[in-house]
Amino acid sequence: MNPTRRDLLKTGAALIVSFRMQGQTPAPPAMDLDSFIAIHPDSSVTVYTSHVDPGTGIRMVYAQIVAEETGIPVEKITVVDGDTGIVPNHGGTGGSSGVPRGGADIRQAAATAHRAMLDLGPGKFAGKRFEIKVDPKAPQKKPSEYTVVGKPILRTDVPRKATGRFPYVHDHKIPGMLHARVIRPTVIGAKLESVDEASIKAIPDAKVVKLGDFLAVVAKDEWAAVRASRELKVTWSEGKQMSPSASLAAEMAKTKPEREQQAVNKGDAPGALAAAKTLKATYYWPFQSHASLGPSCSIADVSESGVGVWSSTQDVFGVRGLVARTLNVPPTKVRVVYMDGSGSYGSNGAYDAAADAALISKAVGAPVRVQWSRQDELVWDPKGPAHMLEVTGALDANGNILAWDSSALGPAGPQWTGSALSPVAAGLLTAAPQGQGVPVIQNLDPPYAIPNLRVTGKQLKDTPIRLSNLRAPGKIATVFAVESFMDELAASVATDPIAFRKKGLTDPRALAVIDKAAEMIGWKPRPSPGPKQTGPKLTGRGMAYMRYKHAENYVAMAMEVEVERATGKIRVTRITCAHDCGLIMNPDGLRNQVEGNILQTLSRTLHEEVTTDGKRVTSVDWVSYPLLRFPDAPKVEVALINQLDQPAHGAGEAACAPVAAAVANAVFDATGVRLRDIPFTAAKVKNSLRA
Amino acid sequence: MPTFKLKVNDRDVSVESWDPDQPLLYLLRNTLDLHGPKFGCGLGQCGACTVLVDGKPARSCVTPIRSVAGKSVTTIEGLGTPENPDKVQAAFIAEQAAQCGYCTNGMVMATEALLKTTPHPTLEHAKTALSGHLCRCGTHTRILAAVVRAGKA
Repeated sequence: MNPTRRDLLKTGAALIVSFRMQGQTPAPPAMDLDSFIAIHPDSSVTVYTSHVDPGTGIRMVYAQIVAEETGIPVEKITVVDGDTGIVPNHGGTGGSSGVPRGGADIRQAAATAHRAMLDLGPGKFAGKRFEIKVDPKAPQKKPSEYTVVGKPILRTDVPRKATGRFPYVHDHKIPGMLHARVIRPTVIGAKLESVDEASIKAIPDAKVVKLGDFLAVVAKDEWAAVRASRELKVTWSEGKQMSPSASLAAEMAKTKPEREQQAVNKGDAPGALAAAKTLKATYYWPFQSHASLGPSCSIADVSESGVGVWSSTQDVFGVRGLVARTLNVPPTKVRVVYMDGSGSYGSNGAYDAAADAALISKAVGAPVRVQWSRQDELVWDPKGPAHMLEVTGALDANGNILAWDSSALGPAGPQWTGSALSPVAAGLLTAAPQGQGVPVIQNLDPPYAIPNLRVTGKQLKDTPIRLSNLRAPGKIATVFAVESFMDELAASVATDPIAFRKKGLTDPRALAVIDKAAEMIGWKPRPSPGPKQTGPKLTGRGMAYMRYKHAENYVAMAMEVEVERATGKIRVTRITCAHDCGLIMNPDGLRNQVEGNILQTLSRTLHEEVTTDGKRVTSVDWVSYPLLRFPDAPKVEVALINQLDQPAHGAGEAACAPVAAAVANAVFDATGVRLRDIPFTAAKVKNSLRA
Repeated sequence: MPTFKLKVNDRDVSVESWDPDQPLLYLLRNTLDLHGPKFGCGLGQCGACTVLVDGKPARSCVTPIRSVAGKSVTTIEGLGTPENPDKVQAAFIAEQAAQCGYCTNGMVMATEALLKTTPHPTLEHAKTALSGHLCRCGTHTRILAAVVRAGKA
């Protein structure tokens, strides 16, 4: 097991700062540790945080923040992220909160430490130990005086990742560890009817673990576990029937929503639209998988003395609770240790894998490593939800937007992560219910001046597919609809898409990102579509803008595309992006995140849809769930706008949101065809071009 | 138990496998503790498990151990270390060409193979060489820049 907090303190930490600011957060349960920064006698620092680094480089950002506030060099700072045995619970990773929440807590703790160091005087705390609380009033350094934050300091994990030395959860080994594979039903909702254990008797040391409808195989040798999982003869009952993906959008359009909620109602949108010439469009965003490149993996060691779990979850305390409920033990008995996994972008299969490992370890009385197959991951990871978005709008005589009425229909995700596949199958926990509200409808209200505006969320009650947060949840769909429809309105009055948007904007930061992205791509004002083209390849340009949640990052993006007339294949050749997230922590890490947001969302836009045949998920591998490939990777140019006097927002999601609309707008510019159904596969585009 | 003799990172090794069809990947990771090659799909579709067999890239997740007996296998650990990376690894570090880094092994190994035939790859060479490799974090542009940089080192 990893060292305990007591072990760490024995090593002579000299100044310990507890994170928890009195009166700011609810009193922690007794089992929770206070959080801290420890400054050691040699002036090295350890930072403990529940915000983890799933490949974003946030560890370096935390080190920079502490270095900035304390004056201790960044090389002397170690970040320990996500070990429930030694870190405080100040939230899991998600919603781009690593900088604005995690970073803010750490900054104040570091400022407190710095003031204590000054008060004590140089060398005064060597050999003694001081424990102090975070002082919310401890003065922070002014951003204008920063010398470390804002610098592109290189990540320390990359040299180990580039040489195969970086430890992932998949690599963790403990003595006596067995390998397991879980066997999921062939169709969703099926029950286990029979298992022929003799069918794997030739495989060395392989045995079956069966708990209700939960089925797994265990062996000493990993390959034996894999072979056993493939060869075990199992009979499952018929499963649930559901809408096949091919007709899901049509089914959704016919479904009466369970509940509706108006997020915005200003002026009289229905009245104004009734009296005007309107434009109406429907957009669709499908179910998508996190599609992590490495399937989920977890190791668990369940014994009388306690439970150890190694997991790549973005929420170690959430997994601790899940495992405690699954095993019916107090959370104090469970220690969850974060280890990096394959990128996760929200809540992938990591929670489920942790519960799998814990259940199997308990059943066999030995430490167990579970790794999912490729098919397990693409079929069973909880999915980003489908959305159907409808927008109706009208312009006044001057070509300004008079009225706008938009709605989003979808399941109210995400389902709470307090349950998981295996404890439900084993009859130990109930499945997490769908959220009680309406789908995420942030950014479904446009950022432009509109006198009559209505925005409605509509909950789709039944969904056969489990949901979770997948990067830019909800916003990825709402911004697609809003920014596509803006182009449709602009085209209806033959106005340049940028000029049309700028008429409704006054915020200088919004205008700045739009102008920058346009300037970078060499935007020439003209209406879309462009002049009619002959030839086998049609080229066009498009753009999109949004401010994330109307409160965070300003992002504008412009693109150039080629559409192959014969095949319908879209090739994005160039992307420019201007990004303003307020104060920048580490411009290279930020740039890497922005590029990643853009390219991953390009993949989601062009290729990705979870397919089903009415009973089972049929997108099971990288052929049936394709991703963007290197030959189709466009040139991406990112301009970062730093705002020293503005709050620092996270950048893990925002630049995802405008991508799909920018592609659709560029394809419209090239072809005159408006794409409204994600993904924009070549087959779909080819059909649209013919129509 | 059947034993297979091969060279791994210039060392002679002999590994036991109860199943001669066991993919090389599992033996590298579990018997030889070489964790650089990663399990991504087990189908040869993503490239995360790539190693060099007699200098040529191979998907170790679908390479039976019996097929590499007597051959020479190079894994990413055989190229360089964090302190002393080889030129391909150094290029990936210089470009900060990783996010989660799970696919990095395959990218580095494919680049090693590319440089043997195309010492100074262009961007187009790089795209073609990596066309069978997948990256989910969207690090494509940095990875491509690293491949081109490696050819200039």
